[in-house]
Amino acid sequence: MKFAVLRFPGSNCDQDCLLALNALPNASAEAVWHKDAALPECDVVVVPGGFSYGDYLRCGAIARFSPIMQAVNEFATSGGTVIGICNGFQILCEAGLLPGALVRNRDLHFICEHRDVRVETPDSRFTRTAPAGTVLNLPIAHGEGCYFADDATMLELKKNRQVLLRYCDSMGRTTDAANPNGSRSNIAGICNRERNIFGLMPHPERACDPLLGSTDGLAIFESLLA
Amino acid sequence: MKAVVHVMPKLSVLDPQGAAVAQAMAHHGLAGVGRVRVGKLIEIELSESADEATLHTLCRELLSNPVIEDYTLEITA
Repeated sequence: MKFAVLRFPGSNCDQDCLLALNALPNASAEAVWHKDAALPECDVVVVPGGFSYGDYLRCGAIARFSPIMQAVNEFATSGGTVIGICNGFQILCEAGLLPGALVRNRDLHFICEHRDVRVETPDSRFTRTAPAGTVLNLPIAHGEGCYFADDATMLELKKNRQVLLRYCDSMGRTTDAANPNGSRSNIAGICNRERNIFGLMPHPERACDPLLGSTDGLAIFESLLA
Repeated sequence: MKAVVHVMPKLSVLDPQGAAVAQAMAHHGLAGVGRVRVGKLIEIELSESADEATLHTLCRELLSNPVIEDYTLEITA
């Protein structure tokens, strides 16, 4: 399986993604510069974390207009698999490929720590190897990770089972205390209605090696390969 | 001519920055501080030929995010 990892000025998790993906069996990943107009031949596009364009204006607001994003848009709307991590999630929301937006954390702090998230459904190409209720321990690192959508959009997300990950405690309970940033309904990751685009704030690519404290991120990438 | 764009968080969106500023103002001894909201003001110098409709489109698609923000656009000579 071939992965294309986008690289914007200010991306800083592109190398982590390349390392994690290239370590998987039967996977290869290459970086794609944001000024390229076309994607290489690939099965999955990864929009990595970081601070594209210095987070100027709003996180992801300028990156969404990069030349490569036109190609990503066409790839995604024709059913291609796209995963946006952290700043990548923000970019996909700004681009209108995912509903809602990510705003400042409720307590205004930049949060950098491991958190538990619960898999809500295995019914997606991103979670199919993880049964519903699986608790994954993944790092988060963001100042603008508070997921917001209006009431109508929240109902749509629920109806279509688009919420794939929610922040939870170690027992899998999605309490307010387990919500690090004030996200509506503890949302940590959602997919689009067609289920081919996934955005999440936690970093699975930083949890693929025992040396990094957790290998729970493999559940996401192994689902893609399954 | 000049365009001034005000971008404000929607009332339905949590504005923790505004809440923190309100708290700091109260700490500084100002009585009667109610809700504070923090937005952005963007000044744009423009030639006379700039198209107003395109400017509005950019206000919606680039300068603000309609999911979380509202904008107002003023154009002065």
